[in-house]
Amino acid sequence: MTPPAIDVERLVKIYQRGMAVDGVSFTLPVGSLTGLLGGNGAGKTTTIAMIMGLLTPTSGTVQVFGAHMPGQRYRVLHRMNFESPYVDMPMRLTVRQNLTVFGRLYGVDGLADRIAALADELGLTELLDRPTGKLSSGQRTRVSLAKALVNRPEVLLLDEPTASLDPDTADWVRARLQRYRAERGATILLASHNMNEVERLCERVIIMKKGRIEDDGTPARLLARYGRHTLEEVFLDVARGRPHTREAAQ
Amino acid sequence: MNPGSENPISQYTVSWRRIAAMIERYWYLLRSSWPRLLELVYWPAVQMLMWGFLQLYIGQNAGYFARAGGVFIGAVLLWDILFRGQLGFSVSFLEEMWSRNLANLMISPLRPIEFVLAMMVMSIIRLLIGMVPVSLLAIGFFGFNLYGLGLALAAFFLNLILTSWAVGIFVSGVVMRNGLGAENLAWSVMFLLMPLTCVYYPVAVLPPWLQIVAWSLPPTYVFEGMRALLIDHQFRVDLMVEALFMNMVLFGAGAGGFMLLLRAARRHGSLMQTGE
Repeated sequence: MTPPAIDVERLVKIYQRGMAVDGVSFTLPVGSLTGLLGGNGAGKTTTIAMIMGLLTPTSGTVQVFGAHMPGQRYRVLHRMNFESPYVDMPMRLTVRQNLTVFGRLYGVDGLADRIAALADELGLTELLDRPTGKLSSGQRTRVSLAKALVNRPEVLLLDEPTASLDPDTADWVRARLQRYRAERGATILLASHNMNEVERLCERVIIMKKGRIEDDGTPARLLARYGRHTLEEVFLDVARGRPHTREAAQ
Repeated sequence: MNPGSENPISQYTVSWRRIAAMIERYWYLLRSSWPRLLELVYWPAVQMLMWGFLQLYIGQNAGYFARAGGVFIGAVLLWDILFRGQLGFSVSFLEEMWSRNLANLMISPLRPIEFVLAMMVMSIIRLLIGMVPVSLLAIGFFGFNLYGLGLALAAFFLNLILTSWAVGIFVSGVVMRNGLGAENLAWSVMFLLMPLTCVYYPVAVLPPWLQIVAWSLPPTYVFEGMRALLIDHQFRVDLMVEALFMNMVLFGAGAGGFMLLLRAARRHGSLMQTGE
């Protein structure tokens, strides 16, 4: 049987300052697009870091395509990638140089063609020979996205991919992510504060609060369960501890 | 296998393509910044000129120093191999911290051993960019030909670069685990060794208890060996072999420390936060 793309079971992370993730479990099938919603300190970034093998769980397990993270990460890291506004690329290197270095680290065949195709797809062709540090934040986000896609990842982890982008560029990025997922059949896990983004992109939403999963379902089911019209209202209900309508009725 | 444990085979698999990619990354950076290139030559040149002129002055007034022609210049050049070798290694690592790129590397297929090998190559490249012009200046100004040491220079270089890598690897691990708050260690740690490794004076000058400390440090053997060569015209193979054994232990300890600190960084979440 083909293993799920991501399988997280009873995941716990305790730092000295306290509990960051508290018994989180979920499974993401291959080709799914899931949103991880939650306020600051909800545990989204910590969860993603453990899925990538950047952080060792205190207890519980993370498997990516059946490989335990972080112990067996080198079996799958070439099939994954990641983008976050909190991680940069060397600013003095040009866009082309950065993409070349990462392409080589991931062992991408036909790298020059791949970079040209990505640049075309993400509107970076004119920027390829400019230092990354001289670009606007929106342009840099597109470069980070190009880096995240350079190895055609089967699992793509995105931590607030449209933070700091203007609405037009954010919308443009979302459209490209949807296209990439459709073409590649990739599994995407997207952590975000942006409810519209999650509502538009994701077929499943996991809502986290204080390190735990508070709710999990399709956007339509969550809206129905809370009797709300938007995910933003659902999010506020969860953040402020209001029970959903079914619970309230009981 | 225990899910939390490291996979010992894949951890140490080496791909020359990935090492070359990292070297290319650092080379792009060096090439893009003339101040970075200039800095590699600037301090070694200033140091060499200062010690060279001091040696000229003392040599004209004291019989011993007249006999020990080139000891100070030789010492300053060898010291720079040790210091710049470590700095060349550590700065490559710091570049990843400064540019907040470490997480990108750690989620790529790049193995820690490949990362370390790339930084070792870069430390030699940075060293050559700095030291070759300065060693030529030493010939021009003072008639001191470092390359005239021949095989001894190779032995000195090997031992000094091994020490510098061992210290550089360990310091990088400390910075990785503790963030850029520990950056100053990278710039200053070698100066702790300077008085103890007897760069400019013989070990016999130290009090007996400090001599024990000095002889526990591999560079001491190199600087003593250099003085034996320049003053007594004798190449002390025994000193070089002892230094090599000590360096192998030191290098193993540095690499082991780096891996332990990497594991601790993974536990504490330091790889995500590369600030202070």
